[in-house]
Amino acid sequence: MSSHIDALLQRDSFIERGARSRARALLDAGTMRELAGPFERLHSPWLAMQQLVTQADDGVVVAKGKLDGQPTVVLAIEGAYQGGSMGEIGAAKIAGSLELAARDNRRGIPTQAVILFETGGVRLQEANLGLAGIAEIQSAIVDLRRYRPVIGVSAGTVGCYGGMSIAAGLCSYLVMTREARLGLNGPLVIEQEAGVAEFDARRRGLIWSLTGGEQRVATGLADACVEDDTATIRATLTRLFAQGLPEQHRSERALDYLERLARVDTAVQAAPETVRTIYREGDAA
Amino acid sequence: MERMEFAFGAGEPALGRSVVGVVASGDLEVLLEPGDAGRTTVAVQTSVDGYGGNWTALLERVLGPGLLPAARIEINDNGATPGVVRMRIEQAFEEAGQAGGTAP
Repeated sequence: MSSHIDALLQRDSFIERGARSRARALLDAGTMRELAGPFERLHSPWLAMQQLVTQADDGVVVAKGKLDGQPTVVLAIEGAYQGGSMGEIGAAKIAGSLELAARDNRRGIPTQAVILFETGGVRLQEANLGLAGIAEIQSAIVDLRRYRPVIGVSAGTVGCYGGMSIAAGLCSYLVMTREARLGLNGPLVIEQEAGVAEFDARRRGLIWSLTGGEQRVATGLADACVEDDTATIRATLTRLFAQGLPEQHRSERALDYLERLARVDTAVQAAPETVRTIYREGDAA
Repeated sequence: MERMEFAFGAGEPALGRSVVGVVASGDLEVLLEPGDAGRTTVAVQTSVDGYGGNWTALLERVLGPGLLPAARIEINDNGATPGVVRMRIEQAFEEAGQAGGTAP
């Protein structure tokens, strides 16, 4: 017991860090330079019109620096601000950075990218502007991943939902913790739209067993499930970047995944083991 | 949402700039930059209406004596308690006081 407490006390939790602190911790010491930072005062004009308090960086930190000596841009979403939702400005900061990283590569600088997904998806108050921004992020990921890996991390506790879960699916690699969740629709949304019989959003065990990091790795929708530890997450990123691009990106196997989904019996509540079996069979087929 | 502005006497300009906190529930973001010597300004936007008296009293207690470095302070508040507000302001001054400040 006491050794367990010691381990918890000594652990450098990544989840407990804010977005800016996460970005700084991942980059080599002293190399981080923030772009379009809080003193540029890129407040969301739309939230202010709706009488909501704005944050000076719109909840996205763009950090340029080096990871293990390699030119890297870290795009960290602040999950505590408006649920990490993507508005016009925050989304433009991410998309613009990815586009510049791709341009770097075309000019001979092999810049790679890390996106820290802590987001419920589009910011409803900014509606189509947020959705358009997410679309730009997605096409920028697909552009950049032709040159260098784009690695997504969802550490929790917000997780990654909505249009940004599609962006996560486009990444070369996806790293999660057991605390993080990944899904197109959040549990409350499914319950609201399809009824409590379809999905009971109060059943936390059910939610994590189907959409948590462990299950997503077991079913091949994420690549690594790691401890909530800053050094471990950094080491995992270093290892994956060193691997280079995957032979085939996950999104290029969309048809395989559709075949698997077609075999799911929607008449019964999906069980975690059933889902794993179906995804394993898919690999064998 | 309510906006307020304040001004206080102050010392020499702060050494650097800093940003602390998040506009999360019960928390606030404080941005601090060096101001003109002798004068500190504070611009507040808060999600909670009708607490102007509390803001005046709190800021007067922290900045009223005019002993802290001169700064331009922006506060984006999402319902933080006065204790949290005070700690965030002091944290911002502490971090700005380190060489060059801690802000990116």
